[in-house]
Amino acid sequence: MSNKVWVFIDQFKGAPVSSSWEALGAGRKLADELGTGLTALVFGEGVQAVAETAGQYGADEVLLADDASLTDFRPEPYAALFSKLAQEGEPAIVLFPTTTRGRELAAMAAVDLNTGVLVDVTEMALEGDAVVATRPIYAGKLLAKVRCSARPQLITLRVRAFGKPELDEGRSATITKVEPVMDEGQIATKVVEYKTTEGGVSLVDAGVVVSGGRGVANNPSLEPPADISDENEQEIWRAQQGFKLIGELAEVLGAAMGASRAAVDGGYIPYEYQVGQTGKVVSPDLYIACGISGAIQHMAGMRTSKVIVAINKDADAPIFNFARFGVVGDLYNIVPALTQAFRERLEK
Amino acid sequence: MKVIVCVKQVPDSAAAVTVEGGVVDWGDAPLVINPWDEYAVEAGLLLTEAHGGDVVALSMGPEDAKEAIKHALAMGCSEAILVSDPALAGADAQAAARALAAAVEKIGDADVVLFGRQAIDSDTGILPPQVARALGWPAVTQVSALPAFDPDAKTFQAERTIEQGRQVVESKLPAVISVIKDYAEPRYPSFMGIRKASRAEIPLWSLADLGIEAPESVVTWPELMNPPEREVTTEIIEGDSPEEIATQLADKIIGEKVL
Amino acid sequence: MDFALTEEHRMAQAMVRDFVHKEVAPTITEWDQKQDMAPFVLPRMAELGILGINIPVRYGGQGLDYISLGLVCEELEVVDATLRVVMSVHMGLCSMGLLQWGTEEQKQKFLVPLARGEKYGSFGLTEPDAGSDVGALRGTAKRDGDHYVLNGEKMWISMATKAHYSLVIMRTDPKPERRTDGMSAFLVDLSSPGVTTGDIHGKMGVRAGSTGWIAFQDVKVPAENLVGEEGEGFKIAMSCLDNGRYTVAAGATGLIRASLEASVKYARERQALGREIGKLQLIQQKIAKMVRWYEAARLLYLRAGWLKNQGVRNTRETSLAKWFATDMSFEAASEAVQLHGAYGYSDEYPVERYLRNSKGAVIYEGSNEIHTLLQADYALEYRKDRPLRCELPAYDPETWQSE
Repeated sequence: MSNKVWVFIDQFKGAPVSSSWEALGAGRKLADELGTGLTALVFGEGVQAVAETAGQYGADEVLLADDASLTDFRPEPYAALFSKLAQEGEPAIVLFPTTTRGRELAAMAAVDLNTGVLVDVTEMALEGDAVVATRPIYAGKLLAKVRCSARPQLITLRVRAFGKPELDEGRSATITKVEPVMDEGQIATKVVEYKTTEGGVSLVDAGVVVSGGRGVANNPSLEPPADISDENEQEIWRAQQGFKLIGELAEVLGAAMGASRAAVDGGYIPYEYQVGQTGKVVSPDLYIACGISGAIQHMAGMRTSKVIVAINKDADAPIFNFARFGVVGDLYNIVPALTQAFRERLEK
Repeated sequence: MKVIVCVKQVPDSAAAVTVEGGVVDWGDAPLVINPWDEYAVEAGLLLTEAHGGDVVALSMGPEDAKEAIKHALAMGCSEAILVSDPALAGADAQAAARALAAAVEKIGDADVVLFGRQAIDSDTGILPPQVARALGWPAVTQVSALPAFDPDAKTFQAERTIEQGRQVVESKLPAVISVIKDYAEPRYPSFMGIRKASRAEIPLWSLADLGIEAPESVVTWPELMNPPEREVTTEIIEGDSPEEIATQLADKIIGEKVL
Repeated sequence: MDFALTEEHRMAQAMVRDFVHKEVAPTITEWDQKQDMAPFVLPRMAELGILGINIPVRYGGQGLDYISLGLVCEELEVVDATLRVVMSVHMGLCSMGLLQWGTEEQKQKFLVPLARGEKYGSFGLTEPDAGSDVGALRGTAKRDGDHYVLNGEKMWISMATKAHYSLVIMRTDPKPERRTDGMSAFLVDLSSPGVTTGDIHGKMGVRAGSTGWIAFQDVKVPAENLVGEEGEGFKIAMSCLDNGRYTVAAGATGLIRASLEASVKYARERQALGREIGKLQLIQQKIAKMVRWYEAARLLYLRAGWLKNQGVRNTRETSLAKWFATDMSFEAASEAVQLHGAYGYSDEYPVERYLRNSKGAVIYEGSNEIHTLLQADYALEYRKDRPLRCELPAYDPETWQSE
């Protein structure tokens, strides 16, 4: 238990959260730089396999607490156990993924251990055993370098800010079993039930938006069903096929769907999806515009997006002047391919 | 029933914030109640409307940091307290949590302490569980609804929104609860509330009043930076097949860390 | 001299600003195109207490001051003129008319429900053949026992089809010595038999609102509904206009601000000649003018509001504020449209609505020609305000905010 760098592996219903491995990878790098070992903490029920995977991702040691009282994350038993282990083991650094659970656990442990938390960091550098981390503040408008003078330094890592390490199936860690500190009767909170969320993401709040414009109807090779004879209706049908593809990309990205005024006026999609001067103003981290030319009244609705990606057949479309990445191509080809590429990378 | 709502004063979210001379500058933008805290105040008012009792607005900051607390009063809180002490300037989250916990204890007899999800300036969201821990109370965060709340039996049920969906938990009172936007649209301050709030004398509690020593701050911010200038250099991605283009594009997007 | 707004002022202003931006702005273009008032607007303004903001609490109001009324009108008009028109007629002309001239019984009976927003009020002065020339007013009110019988037609009446009450000016003396004598004011319940109302469509602007006509055919109005004394109608109308045009001045100031804000935003986004157009000098000139007009208009209406708070006669100052703000709001909107180019000419952007709305205010509540003559008359001392029998009460927070 003398390893100086620890990583808390977050799991939900026995399945590890992938950002935990990002944290483990970052922890491995810190441990190597400090010349110390890396310990992973796995709490839950039936999580032996998670402990083994932690070894494969680079942990030297795993402290495994496998108990019914730890099946679902609850701050009190997790914090009590964590704080006890940390008091005994005296790590210099503990990393957590910034999930709802990781954040809460680090927060409470900080109070128990009289130390501090560096929350949602995107970069870390070592000065001796002190971590100087960078984190966004004011909704990312500014950045702050932060450090903690007390030990252990509790640090939560922003999801997807650190790369995932390589899995080495031949590698294994020493797994040490630990017992929970609280028994069920002492715990004030119980998890009653759980339901997956239905319904889409709200356009205005979404971190990622995928939008379609007039271009979504532009696929003459698509044959509408025989019972749709009206030209206008056929155009709308084609557009809806395009929006289906956009919807799939949005789903894989956990994104909200949007549309340009042209698409709404064309009857392709309801007004509530309209982004623009008349319509909703959005400011997501990522805005993917498919078949949208980028006229100023659409830009007015999304120009403050952090990263804009444009997919359009027309190389002269104004939107390419604002996009960080552009593809001059047919969205009917690019969007499904992009959906697949993301599916592979985001494990959905 | 007694509900305490913790509110923070922050620069307006529309403010263009920059770093000037190592400090954050928000220009002429007004200081307002942290938008998330309005939801917490609304939750508190709804609880006392259902179960009777009062909502106390609690804030921490410099002596003149009264905007947030006056807004809470104008919405309908019956009382407001500002914890203010020069020794708390620059307090980190843990130190703030201890000071707030001491204030909650001094107010006494609270059934529940409510927070908004996070403050839009520091963006940490760790204060609610830390105040709970300092008080020795359970914390239930990210609450979108309270389907059951019984101050007499001292239990409640909460619906929480976590990454994987909605979770229903049961817990004991007193507790610390943080609420999210789904809880309820905050009411506007009424004109009567505005009249009362503008006339209100807000008591100031120093560390001495709280009966505690200055809690130690261990987290420091040695440097503040403006984010690097984003020159929008458009990169056109090309390839021999849609799959090749898509692979490159997906990697580049992931590299921007916006997902 | 303290130019600062109080905390109460700022909070009230912020509250109304939040309300109109959240709840009305998203659909305002739609309603403007429909030429109809969104059905939720009046009930929401009533619910939030806006319809009684500067009426004393003991008369059902919120007990804030006249400056607050101005600030609120500025915020309402930033989103659309029709919202402020509601305040102009319901509060400025009707409710404040009762506050100034009504008996205690009339205030309890009519002002309380108006201030609470349980009833909506309007003002019936203008007729098809009598606008600026109030002396040409033809509608009549004949005394008959315990009531008056009203006949005539009023036109260009805001809220004609929505209001419950109207403060109506009619001729009680058919052959007065002077044309402006012989008129009286009546608080008419528009649900009385003989009253018919209708909407007027096809207006250039102020379309998301309600403007119409009210026809009186042998309408019986109880004698207790006579406001003031017989023969005081013209004086009462003019003093009501002091309050109506105050709200118009504040509103037009908001309109200048709306044009300015839209223009600044667009100038920073739109690119031309290799840079954002905000860097081009003739665009900058437009922005600079709007700033100048806004700041001056704002000070003028706030000064008028301050005088009202003091209980000081302010006909001249209010007229000056209205004249300046409305003329300048027309100019500002025109510059804003120009600045937006072709986009300004389309309903994609709000500035063309600002321009259409602004012209109305130059015409109503005393056309700006009338104000020109008024200001000259004051300066040349051809006109001097004599004290009125009833003055608008000064603002006093103690008495206004006690039950």
